[in-house]
Amino acid sequence: MRELICIVCPRGCRLKVDDGLNVTGNFCPRGAEYAKAELTHPTRTVTSTVRVEGAEIPRCPVKTAAPVPKERIRDVMAALDGVTLRAPVRVGDTVIDDVCGTGVKVVATRRL
Amino acid sequence: MYDLIVVGGGPAGMAAACAAWDAGLRNILIVERDRELGGILNQCIHNGFGLTYFKEELTGPEYAHRFARLLSETGVEVRTDTMVLDVTPDRRVHMTGPETGYRIEEARSVILSMGCRERTRGAIAIPGTRPAGIYTAGAAQRYVNVEGWMPGKRVVILGSGDIGLIMARRMTLEGAKVLACVEVMPYSGGLTRNIVQCLEDFDIPLYLSHTVTDIRGRDRVEQVVVSQVDARRNPIPGTEMVFDCDTLLLSVGLIPENELTERAGIEMDPRTKGAAVYENMETSVPGVFACGNVAHVHDLVDFVTKESQRAGTAAAKYVLEGPAEGKGVPIKNGDGVSYTVPQRVRLQNAGDAFSVFFRVNRIYGKAEIVVEAGGREVCRFKRDRLSPGEMENISVPVKLLGGEPEEIRVFVREA
Amino acid sequence: MVDVAVVGCGVIGAAAAMELARYEVSVAVLERENDVAVGTTKANSAILHAGYDPKPGTLMARLNVRGAALAKEYCEKLDVPYKQCGSLVVAFSEKDEETLRELYGRGVKNGVEGLEIISGDEARRREPELAGTVRAALWAPSAAIVSPWEMCLAFAETAVKNGAELRLNTAVTGLSRGDGFWTVHTDKGYIQARYVINAAGVDSDTVHDMAAPHSFEVKPSRGEYYLLDKSEGTRVNSVIFQCPSEKGKGVLVSPTVHGNLIVGPNAEGSDRHDLATTAGGLEFVKETARLSVPGVDFSKSIRNFAGVRANTGFDDFRIGFAAPGFLDLAGICSPGLTSAPAIAEYAAELLRGAGLELRRKDEFVFFRRRLRFKELSQEEREDLVAMYPEYGRVICRCETVTEGEILACLRTPIPPVSVDGVKRRVNAGMGRCQGGFCAPRVVEILSRELGITPGEVVQDRAGMRLLFNETKGGGENV
Repeated sequence: MRELICIVCPRGCRLKVDDGLNVTGNFCPRGAEYAKAELTHPTRTVTSTVRVEGAEIPRCPVKTAAPVPKERIRDVMAALDGVTLRAPVRVGDTVIDDVCGTGVKVVATRRL
Repeated sequence: MYDLIVVGGGPAGMAAACAAWDAGLRNILIVERDRELGGILNQCIHNGFGLTYFKEELTGPEYAHRFARLLSETGVEVRTDTMVLDVTPDRRVHMTGPETGYRIEEARSVILSMGCRERTRGAIAIPGTRPAGIYTAGAAQRYVNVEGWMPGKRVVILGSGDIGLIMARRMTLEGAKVLACVEVMPYSGGLTRNIVQCLEDFDIPLYLSHTVTDIRGRDRVEQVVVSQVDARRNPIPGTEMVFDCDTLLLSVGLIPENELTERAGIEMDPRTKGAAVYENMETSVPGVFACGNVAHVHDLVDFVTKESQRAGTAAAKYVLEGPAEGKGVPIKNGDGVSYTVPQRVRLQNAGDAFSVFFRVNRIYGKAEIVVEAGGREVCRFKRDRLSPGEMENISVPVKLLGGEPEEIRVFVREA
Repeated sequence: MVDVAVVGCGVIGAAAAMELARYEVSVAVLERENDVAVGTTKANSAILHAGYDPKPGTLMARLNVRGAALAKEYCEKLDVPYKQCGSLVVAFSEKDEETLRELYGRGVKNGVEGLEIISGDEARRREPELAGTVRAALWAPSAAIVSPWEMCLAFAETAVKNGAELRLNTAVTGLSRGDGFWTVHTDKGYIQARYVINAAGVDSDTVHDMAAPHSFEVKPSRGEYYLLDKSEGTRVNSVIFQCPSEKGKGVLVSPTVHGNLIVGPNAEGSDRHDLATTAGGLEFVKETARLSVPGVDFSKSIRNFAGVRANTGFDDFRIGFAAPGFLDLAGICSPGLTSAPAIAEYAAELLRGAGLELRRKDEFVFFRRRLRFKELSQEEREDLVAMYPEYGRVICRCETVTEGEILACLRTPIPPVSVDGVKRRVNAGMGRCQGGFCAPRVVEILSRELGITPGEVVQDRAGMRLLFNETKGGGENV
């Protein structure tokens, strides 16, 4: 039996997972999904910034469009180091198409 | 003459203006001091916003963008780079900006949505030297996320408020070493999920019942001393730990920014440090409303949005239909409850039910939130867990009150 | 070769330089730090004392009373925030009342005008927040509050406007005597001067020893303070002192010219550059202050700080020639700020006596005005912003300081190079959020206007770096 705290939403449910990956303590189905994923292949959405030129501010916030494997967070951060956008940037614009071979896009989260 | 002037274009102001537009007001102005709408959300680049309101997980700038887009579809006028300097009780709004100039606009109603500010070192009197390298978490967040500069390399964080936790992860990802997060209370001030994904994910230790008792260094922070505290929050000699670091981030609480409110002569609540409000977020000055973090500090922007929509709708109703009727029944905080918002409810104006927001003053396991009216228990709400770090919200059906009581009391009863 | 080199640009050095700039003499001021007013001058009680404290007949007594009168005039002419709010020394016991009578007697001998011993009830009528335990009080109507760093800055700017040269970031490392002149060695080369004034504050003993045999030592005394929010700024109307003791003038409660309340100091021996506050010291200040004004709400604290006074264990200033052409203005402890203009006047007299010819300049610019948006009328604001839009943009919310004011201070004779330098000139960052919101904006403005990267902008002294490196592969200072 493993215990963990759900990070899907601010409720922070206290989840219990048995050896057969049966989840209890979750308020919603996403909690069960989270618990299973967390014990088999944990993932996180990465939010950060990249350089941007021609905008009022020097950095544009970005995020991975879906969670990436937790152990790849550092690689994703490193990949963002090499990116420079040019204004105008729209929310949702692709910044990196497939970051570090994860199959996940990095997208801009602010209009600049 | 505007129907409504909204002071502050953060999440509260944007939601309030949209709701007032939807309720039929047409002549609305938002005044925003920054160069664009969104307020503090623009520097909160992490995700976790919007789960309640939009049923999806957004970053701060995306959440702000959703509302900015909704606003752009209305005829609401927006003046950015403009700061409101005064609001008078007769609703004259003094403002200044490079493009706007210095001018005074009149309004039939006003919504105050200026947000909050962070408590500083001086507010909590941390002893020690006064070197560079001591930042509030929000200021550090702006440097890292907006300006693209790192304010430190080896960091200790005092306080476990959400911004501090978020910055622990953020600075770690940008290459800093976060040595510890130190919290004077025996529980965290932030959301549990942030303890997990911002501290535990990166093996950053959280020291509960500890505080910073000395800061050392002449030009730049060189060390901070952390001590355990006793039940009365006094440092225990002999428990000192010394951290070699160059930066101390403070995440030690937020205070509603109410200079304008106070100068307008609006009645304040010393518990929330915001205006005392009625069920529709109207203050003691008729036609002036307050919502979002300026009224009381929230944990989740989703609740700011909902509260502000109520304020916006109420402002529209005030202008279109006239002042609300009824006498305010005071809502008092009983055992275990630190404050309530609203502070007064006008039952005639409340519809079928009214919401009460509050915080508890310590951690509870299984407990009941009890509402008493005129000394009689009228309803109860069960909770598995209550924490001061997480704002609570109940909806009280008016018909259960059985008429207009002298006062309403909200308290916690342990199961 | 200059006529006079002044070592140190705190309020004493600045006042001396300004005084000399009235005359046809060349003056160079050497300051170790990157700005003026950054030692004892910026961290004290910000009081202009009436002059009943010093023993009659001392230099201190004479210079205090004269200094208070001159400071009033200078502050008016040079646009330094000043308010003559008067002071009360309160007595809790028969012994204290005796002290009041002694102070009254001294004051009368020193030439302090308007002194009056009043009853506890009368004191409470004037100051309703005074404790019920106050039995009597000494009222001194000529005491005033002032912005000490702005006073120093105004003096230094006036000196520079009238031809004095200010060399910042220049630390004096030694002095050697030539034939009728001094060579002042610094970390930036040397300068020759016919006369040297030692106004080095807590390091005045070190500078003295470079020119003359060791004769005194600064034994610094550190005082810790609370600065409270403006909501506490009207708790008292005048400066409330307790009876002085051998440790100093005791813990005071006073309004500030910026509208806050200042409470402090304690007095503890310390290292001369030790500006740390301590839990014990602050607790002492809090408890002691509550004896005279019990209602002070310390939860409204916005800042704590400590200052070091240049005590020498001698109950007078150490002013005089220590060597030919080498004039000490040393051991300037309280009431040094008050006495500064009179010390400068006296220094000029002494230099004249030692052979320096002092001929008045035909023209002496003795005028300074600063535009404070916050204090303008509605019409003035409208006109100003219409003409200069940068005065419409508020950078510091708490103190309502505009970008125009910050840009203007960057064009003054002594422009700031740090975030705190801006704060001392225009008050940005002095309010309740303590720069939480405006510091990043001020960094941005300084970086833009000084042509440096944000990473090179400092908090205060050189070396007080705020930012380390850029994110996103920026590396160090790219």
